[in-house]
Amino acid sequence: MNALSLKKGASRKSAYDLKNPLDDRQETHTLAILVDNESGVLARVIGLFSGRGYNIDSLTVAETDHSGHRSRITVVTTGTPAVIEQIKAQLGRMVPVHDVHDLTVEGASVERELALVKVQGTGDKRVEALRISDVFRASVVDSTLESFVFQLTGAPEKIDAFIDLMRPLGLIDVARTGVAAISRGT
Amino acid sequence: MTRQMTGAKMVIQALKDQGVDTVFGYPGGAVLPIYDEIFKQNDIRHILVRHEQGATHAAEGYARSTGKPGVVLVTSGPGATNAVTGMTDALMDSIPMIVLTGQVPTFMIGNDAFQEADTVGITRPCTKHNWLVKDTDMLADTIHQAFHVATNGRPGPVLIDIPKDVQFATGTYVPPKEARVSHYAPQTEGDADMILAAVEAIEEAERPIFYTGGGVINSGPEASAVLRRFVGESGFPITSTLMGLGAYPASGEAWLGMLGMHGTYEANWAMHDCDLMLCIGARFDDRITGRTDAFSPGSVKVHVDIDPSSINKNIHVNIPIIGDVGAVLQAMYDLWVKRGRKTASEGVKAWWTQIESWKAVKSLNYTNSTETIKPQYALERLEALTKGRDRYVTTEVGQHQMWAAQFLGFEDPHRWMTSGGLGTMGYGLPASIGVQIAHPDALVINVAGEASWLMNMQEMGTAAQYRLPVKQFILNNERLGMVRQWQELLHGERYSQSWSEALPDFVKLAEAFGAKGILCSDPADLDDAIMEMLNHDGPVLFDCLVEKHENCFPMIPSGKAHNEMLLGDASTADAIDSGGAVLV
Ligand SMILES: Cc1cc2nc3c(=O)[nH]c(=O)nc-3n(C[C@H](O)[C@H](O)[C@H](O)COP(=O)(O)OP(=O)(O)OC[C@H]3O[C@@H](n4cnc5c(N)ncnc54)[C@H](O)[C@@H]3O)c2cc1C
Ligand SMILES: Cc1ncc(C[n+]2csc(CCOP(=O)(O)OP(=O)(O)O)c2C)c(N)n1
Repeated sequence: MNALSLKKGASRKSAYDLKNPLDDRQETHTLAILVDNESGVLARVIGLFSGRGYNIDSLTVAETDHSGHRSRITVVTTGTPAVIEQIKAQLGRMVPVHDVHDLTVEGASVERELALVKVQGTGDKRVEALRISDVFRASVVDSTLESFVFQLTGAPEKIDAFIDLMRPLGLIDVARTGVAAISRGT
Repeated sequence: MTRQMTGAKMVIQALKDQGVDTVFGYPGGAVLPIYDEIFKQNDIRHILVRHEQGATHAAEGYARSTGKPGVVLVTSGPGATNAVTGMTDALMDSIPMIVLTGQVPTFMIGNDAFQEADTVGITRPCTKHNWLVKDTDMLADTIHQAFHVATNGRPGPVLIDIPKDVQFATGTYVPPKEARVSHYAPQTEGDADMILAAVEAIEEAERPIFYTGGGVINSGPEASAVLRRFVGESGFPITSTLMGLGAYPASGEAWLGMLGMHGTYEANWAMHDCDLMLCIGARFDDRITGRTDAFSPGSVKVHVDIDPSSINKNIHVNIPIIGDVGAVLQAMYDLWVKRGRKTASEGVKAWWTQIESWKAVKSLNYTNSTETIKPQYALERLEALTKGRDRYVTTEVGQHQMWAAQFLGFEDPHRWMTSGGLGTMGYGLPASIGVQIAHPDALVINVAGEASWLMNMQEMGTAAQYRLPVKQFILNNERLGMVRQWQELLHGERYSQSWSEALPDFVKLAEAFGAKGILCSDPADLDDAIMEMLNHDGPVLFDCLVEKHENCFPMIPSGKAHNEMLLGDASTADAIDSGGAVLV
């Protein structure tokens, strides 16, 4: 029998859409997981990642619908296409999980992160830090004579770039929220 | 009926409303209110085990042999931790089970109170879901949801942790019909396009094979019935995993025997050479696939499974169908019939000729002896002497388990209870107790190894207390046989710690428990001894002294492909290379 003869019955969910398991390219995906806001739900999701050896690059969680007891967990993860598919299937079968959206493949999406960046310095370095923060449209949320705390929102790459620039200028501390993401349009 | 009642009473009421007739458990401080309610009623029977692990395996045996969920009740702390192995076992083997644990009162949680353990934390990875109930008004609702989750989709164990103050407090009882509807509703009907693709593949396949598993048993008797019809009318060969034995009868014409690491030559070769693999409720476990990159290289693979995470987990398949085995198989069968029951019959005929040549290898052959009892022979005699009886078999874990799978024939589903995924030594005796409780008049046999049997031997007391006529058939090789076999093949016959030293006198041990003990070491006496066991109306401990260094064949060594299987001792030299040695 010729495997290609299967095409007749093939649909949009056809075998031909499946990814090749031998494909070992690492991909980064952003997943939005809608869960019941019940006790232990975050531990459950994190436990799945650690227990099965999946990566978590970034994680955010907060209640998004108080009356419906729903929270949204946004995870950025890296793995081969087959592993990403497994992660989604494993999340999807958890009892408190309502929906798993792979924002990376489900059309355009917006990803934002907030960072608080503390920089210590005086003189030229201090001036330069302030100048760069202006370019990045960061705001100063705390200031002493020898330090600033900048608040910056944007895509994770923008925050990475800002932190890299601040490093030689006296960077002493960074707090990042992790990624929040949502699809574009309706 | 008043809706107001204590949490403890609610537990009993909810179990009754869920149709529970039996609970396996062990009391302690944190569940005393519930035990008090058990004392006051007669609808639910409580079976007092001797160790909480025993309760879990008994519940598994009960569940697997009835299709209903098994129910366990244990106390907080050590009661809960002792139940962890059984829950993990049930999770791996997809067994529906409800575990109720007591917990310290809510106001003491987190204080390292007496017998406090973070039970929901400990059991999160070994349950399908678990709940800590902090409010009596939520208790009934949670119990009903727990039954829903345990029995729907891919079945599994769930746990409800109930603090003692929640048991004492009064709240409002909610019957099952009024409970909150859980959103948890896995897909049961298969996708029509995929079913069509599968049927087209069936019509064209020249070298097809059904590879069925535990999911057929989980799905229920209708699934087995349609499977039998489909296999019979298509004329396709069928093999099954360890977990799926009995879904198709061992006496059936199309039966190739079990596949996998210790499966038959014909089953594994047919899997390797097929052009169409119909995987029905099985999960491409590593005991089945061997080396995954050499697994059935030329086949189109159809996979029917209710759990999307089983699809493409280990093996990439061409036609995935997510749904319940019973529903999907019925839809596939109906469509195939509607389209005229077509098969590539010439090709399939040639395929059978090929399969017959593999069968002719007689891979289960062994060298018998007149001096010592060969374990395979003991099982052949047990099979012959129990044939046609209403028989249920449980096993422990090891060589004896594999021989039981190879040499006993299962004609119906729900008759074979074994720990497959976790491979838990100590499973068989308590499981046999659970089966016997569910089927009081049936013949229940636990095929055991002496080492495994000792792991939960305290449950012999449970068998004696409830006068359960379970037959403990121990193939005693005085070795941790399966470990010894691997050491022989992989570790230069250095038998490190794989001896069963200082074994008890099993006959005396039986008598100490108030059971009957039988010792047999001569093949000539075996039939009479087995008959004596079968004819005794009560629990029996049968100490069958067998050949000590028998190996279990066929065997696909770890890291090898299906067509590299070992058939007997002659072929074992250097069978496993260093790459395979790191695998288990
Ligand atoms: C010492 C030892 C040796 C072993 N050697 C072998 C061997 O040689 N051969 C062998 O076969 N096994 C062997 N096993 C057992 C092996 O480890 C696995 O447990 C077994 O192969 C898994 O069986 P399964 O694929 O049928 O899956 P199960 O564990 O039974 O899983 C069932 C699958 O069906 C799905 N399912 C459940 N319910 C439904 C439903 N209603 N509808 C659709 N799908 C459903 C589940 O999602 C799951 O994917 C051995 C075990 C031990 C301890
Ligand atoms: C709880 C547990 N511990 C260890 C093992 C590893 N193990 C697998 S088979 C086996 C030996 C079993 O010996 P026995 O019960 O006598 O059976 P035999 O193999 O001799 O038939 C061991 C130790 C296991 N499966 N389960």
